[in-house]
Amino acid sequence: MYPAGRKSFLRDGAGAGRDTASGGLSPMFFGNILKKGRRKMSNLTEIRWHGRGGQGAKTAALLLADVAFQTGKYVQGFPEYGPERMGAPITAYNRISDTQIRVHSNIYDPQYVVVVDESLLEAVDVTNGLKKDGAILINTSRPKEELLPHLKGYEGKVYTIDAHKVSMAAMGRYFPNTPLLAAIVKVAEIMDEETFLREMRASFSHKFASKPEVIDGNMAALKMALEEVQ
Amino acid sequence: MAKRDRLSGNEAIAIALRQINPDVFPAFPITPSTEIPQYFASFVANGQVDTEFIPVESEHSSMSAAIGASAAGARSLTATSSCGLAYMWEELYIAASNRLPLALALVNRALSGPININCDHSDSMGARDAGWIQIYAENNQEAYDNMVQAYRISEHKDVRLPIMICQDGFITSHAVENMELLEDGEVRSFVGEYEPENYLLNPECPMAVGPYSITDYYMEAKRNQAEGMKHVEKVVLEVAKEFEEISGREYGLFEAYRMEDAEYAVVMIGSAAGTTKDAVDALRKQGQKAGLLKIRLYRPFPAEAVAEALKGVKALAVMDRAEGYTNHGGPLGADVLSALYRARAKALAVNYIYGLGGRDVRVEDMEGVFATLKQIAEDGDTGETYRYLGIRE
Repeated sequence: MYPAGRKSFLRDGAGAGRDTASGGLSPMFFGNILKKGRRKMSNLTEIRWHGRGGQGAKTAALLLADVAFQTGKYVQGFPEYGPERMGAPITAYNRISDTQIRVHSNIYDPQYVVVVDESLLEAVDVTNGLKKDGAILINTSRPKEELLPHLKGYEGKVYTIDAHKVSMAAMGRYFPNTPLLAAIVKVAEIMDEETFLREMRASFSHKFASKPEVIDGNMAALKMALEEVQ
Repeated sequence: MAKRDRLSGNEAIAIALRQINPDVFPAFPITPSTEIPQYFASFVANGQVDTEFIPVESEHSSMSAAIGASAAGARSLTATSSCGLAYMWEELYIAASNRLPLALALVNRALSGPININCDHSDSMGARDAGWIQIYAENNQEAYDNMVQAYRISEHKDVRLPIMICQDGFITSHAVENMELLEDGEVRSFVGEYEPENYLLNPECPMAVGPYSITDYYMEAKRNQAEGMKHVEKVVLEVAKEFEEISGREYGLFEAYRMEDAEYAVVMIGSAAGTTKDAVDALRKQGQKAGLLKIRLYRPFPAEAVAEALKGVKALAVMDRAEGYTNHGGPLGADVLSALYRARAKALAVNYIYGLGGRDVRVEDMEGVFATLKQIAEDGDTGETYRYLGIRE
């Protein structure tokens, strides 16, 4: 839906006014070589999260930015809101880089996509722009084969995790973002597991200072998710 | 010692305010600025500041209370966005005309309608003639740094005018990014104590604030405000120099990015400038002489310095994140073009309206703008000067 439509009209419309009217001047005037040049500039990882309002996709993106920051990276974590209501599709984004990040646009060609709610597979073009050498991570209890028809021929890797099962087993309640955070850290090789778990314990200790009883459950969910993602 | 951190733009502003520890903060929430008073309220509750935090029932009241506190001799501020700023309209002029150096942390958001919560500059651009100083940020670091510098500018004895510290709604306010914070003590000694010369709660010198002004005096009062504005550029630069000494970060009236030999330039305000820097770098690698002029101080408008920075440019695009409905372009376009006219500049210039209601701006979009400028310079003809970026016709 949204990202797909937006992408195409922005591309076509870049350098509007006379350019589109005359049809003479390509908005990509300076050619694709530039793109290649820019990609080389840093080892930038871009991740796009698809969730529904209230499921914590934004929080997961912010936690991922947090934990990557702790390892000395430059980070961005930001949401893109549609209608402000529970259950509406929302998108969140992460950039993780060794060099300073100046760009402030959304992410259209991510290396990784995380689908927090599998019902979005039918509502949103989740693989739009997703790089072939990247991967998609989907929260589901179903086998991958059942999901493939919804991925529009995506040729990259497909990972799944049953975040409901992990969350219920570790925490007794359904918070999909904790298991998905661990799973994407593993899939995207953002940091080694030991560092990740150590930094997350520190982060949870701070975040849940007033309710330390939930820290162990969250940590158990992270550990279990690192095992369960496939 | 600076401290590395990763914060959203709203958190960054709230932390700057905690470090400043202002006297009075009246607030009414509105997206996307709500988090600023929300974080600040927790600092109040935790006893980290001794600010009088006043939850009020509207933005009309939050600005009124900030004005009352400032007139009484307190260092005050509020935060808002969009329709909240519109609802303060009457008070904006009152704050400025009474020469009250209060601050407003503005998180830029489109004005209704259609109703929209995302970023553009139509709220603050509408208030550009209200007599407030306006300073804009590209990213969270700049939002924080500008807030730390705000009172030093507004309270300066040669200025004494209210100041609006603006950042882009959601794009920076809700994005977590790397930044460096100053130590609390560094900020407090940099900002200093507020010692108002004239104030209502001074029994030694009774005074009236905001009385009726008959025709015989009104114009002199307005001229007086303009006098304060005349000193802003100098004070902004002085404060920036001192700020650089404690932070190592350099600020000016604007940032000239790779402008030294630029033939094609984009002039813009806010977060899309970061995106444009990536486009400039990519084009420079191809041997294209692209540059960016990012406006930091928009009111007063540093016309002479802007014209000087643009003097070698063959073609330029002024980017407005707000409509002006002049049929010619937006407010920044009008300011830049009049500055160039007075400097007798010969550059070919176009004015784009872009990014309204949060419409995303990509590196490729800005490369497209530079491509258009190159074509304009080659043709020696601007064609239509009033353009929309990325619009569906």
